[in-house]
Amino acid sequence: MSRTEFMQGNAACAEGALAAGCRFFGGYPITPSTEIAEAMARKLPKAGGVFISMEDELASIAAVIGAAWTGARAMTATSGPGFSLMMENIGYAVMTETPCVVVNIQRGGPSTGQPTRAAQGDMLQCRFGSHGDYSTIALTPNSVQEMFDLTAKAFDLADRYRVPTFVMSDEIVGHMRERVTIPDAVEIERPRPLAEGALPFEGGDDGTPGFAPFGSGRSIHVTGLTHDERGYPDTTDPEAHDRLVRRLVAKVESARRDIADYEVVNPDAETVFVTYGPPSRTVEQVMRDRPDDSIGHLRLRVVWPFPEFALKIFPNAKVFLMPELNMGQMVREVQRHVDQPVVSIPKIGGELHTPAELVRALEAHR
Amino acid sequence: MIAPDWFRDDRLPHIYCTGCGNGTVINCTLAAVEEMGWKRNETVFISGIGCSSRAPGYILTDSLHTTHGRALAFATGVKMARPDLHVVVFTGDGDLAAIGGNHFIHACRRNVDMTVVCMNNHIYGMTGGQGSPTTPPGAISTTTPYGMSEPAFDLAELAVAAGANYVARWTSYHVKELTKAVAAGMQTPGLAFIEVRTQCPTNYGRHNKLRRVSEMIEHLRSHAMLVAKRDRLVAEGKPIPEGAFTVGELVRRSRPAMGVRP
Ligand SMILES: Cc1ncc(C[n+]2csc(CCOP(=O)(O)OP(=O)(O)O)c2C)c(N)n1
Ligand code: SF4
Repeated sequence: MSRTEFMQGNAACAEGALAAGCRFFGGYPITPSTEIAEAMARKLPKAGGVFISMEDELASIAAVIGAAWTGARAMTATSGPGFSLMMENIGYAVMTETPCVVVNIQRGGPSTGQPTRAAQGDMLQCRFGSHGDYSTIALTPNSVQEMFDLTAKAFDLADRYRVPTFVMSDEIVGHMRERVTIPDAVEIERPRPLAEGALPFEGGDDGTPGFAPFGSGRSIHVTGLTHDERGYPDTTDPEAHDRLVRRLVAKVESARRDIADYEVVNPDAETVFVTYGPPSRTVEQVMRDRPDDSIGHLRLRVVWPFPEFALKIFPNAKVFLMPELNMGQMVREVQRHVDQPVVSIPKIGGELHTPAELVRALEAHR
Repeated sequence: MIAPDWFRDDRLPHIYCTGCGNGTVINCTLAAVEEMGWKRNETVFISGIGCSSRAPGYILTDSLHTTHGRALAFATGVKMARPDLHVVVFTGDGDLAAIGGNHFIHACRRNVDMTVVCMNNHIYGMTGGQGSPTTPPGAISTTTPYGMSEPAFDLAELAVAAGANYVARWTSYHVKELTKAVAAGMQTPGLAFIEVRTQCPTNYGRHNKLRRVSEMIEHLRSHAMLVAKRDRLVAEGKPIPEGAFTVGELVRRSRPAMGVRP
């Protein structure tokens, strides 16, 4: 039996994590993400888990990675400035293939910017913010229900691909209240165990090594230095570095079709909105207000790895319109993959596009 | 004698310079682990970045070689999630007191049940000998060519003030005492901090008229003063000799601790 509740997006995020078996939360308060930490502080101890308020965000993500290596499902939640502080250790999690979840309830930046207003200004930071080459997974909920569903799913993806996985939400979804259906249990996919005799950082067929948490007797050396398949530092051999980094990128990029998650409306349309997160809600409103088969909508629930093939679902598309709560971050990614014109409809300052603004853009570009 | 099965010998040769004190500290720590009777699959070594932080890579257990300064935050996650694992952290003075200073005081304040061994060579070794927060006033380094002009941190006193349950300081000369102190720290629930003053002939001694390893070790020996002696001098109103530092157990107490084994 599932239950239905009326709750805030940040509360649903915490519920999703708990349902997925999250047992460790390390965090530092920052608006507009703090309710997630508060909910975890109340609920984790009762679920047999550990909540700890760390001294800063660098420590939070560090503790999460440490906990993840003991085999616990672990997460942290933050917002822009805290996310920036986490970047070095996010790179460490990528390099060491540590499964963990980082929730970013985005707010207006740069710097301390607008703590209480929504933005989608960290979309490129979550993909490129740490140093070096890597690839990772980012989910973008547009409702309170999806805060639950996608947070839970983030843990599975993190385990499956052994990569830090981001829930890139924002103040609007974090703070809005909606009805959510919470299932009794969600199915949990844990990482495959490290096979007997296998090397701890050997990719195997799909590029993702098996996982042997600390204490399982495998004596694994985990380092952020370039390492060989045994996990031993090997920092000067160009081939060792090339082999490792290419595998880390490929294990995610080559799975982009499996990881992809999107919604398509009117695939025959000529004018196609591409959205992720809350701007999709305004597009939905516009399409409800004026039913018109020539308007299409591609809504991404996963933005990284970018599912460029989904753009091909619209063979008649003459133009793509992209409303974002930033000055045009993901629009570049769309432009890279299509021949048609791609129009950015940027909005900053903390408010969602109004239906009228999108209708105006629609009229101007079709 | 340390059982050879604690060493990851397929990683040898190690990266340490001839005469470096870090090997002594690793040996003493492993001797203490053996004394404790800990099993390899129940023990995790964690470190940050620096010469000293390479130590876990040579030990045959699960180990986490993390980012510069953050070892204690990673260790907190490991210990809180799996209190049944024994957690030992190796760190350097730069790693612990400069970039990691905030994590250091908070790990001591939380009094997380782990053993932290700091190899204090008074210098940033791995990056080539720049001044660190423990470089003594007047000492020459590549970034203090006219002599260190800032005061130095007393790491052990800092740990006492921040709340660690066990704090001791020795040097790489005091092998037996050091081993005993590490074992005592391991036995004490809560955070045990053991500062080891150690020689870095390559990047410290060379610039500071301590060219030979034996000179450096003799310098450590002759400037170390037992806590009891220091207290006696203070009580008698006598002066503490220039450059002397205390060695021995600075605190052993039972404040509430976090992550204590069930
Ligand atoms: C964020 C960051 N800043 C700087 C460095 C460069 N770095 C590597 S080791 C080191 C100093 C290490 O000094 P210490 O902790 O005293 O260890 P030692 O090498 O002397 O044992 C520095 C600054 C780094 N790796 N990461
Ligand atoms: S540079 Fe100094 S600390 Fe580093 S290995 Fe050489 S002697 Fe040891």
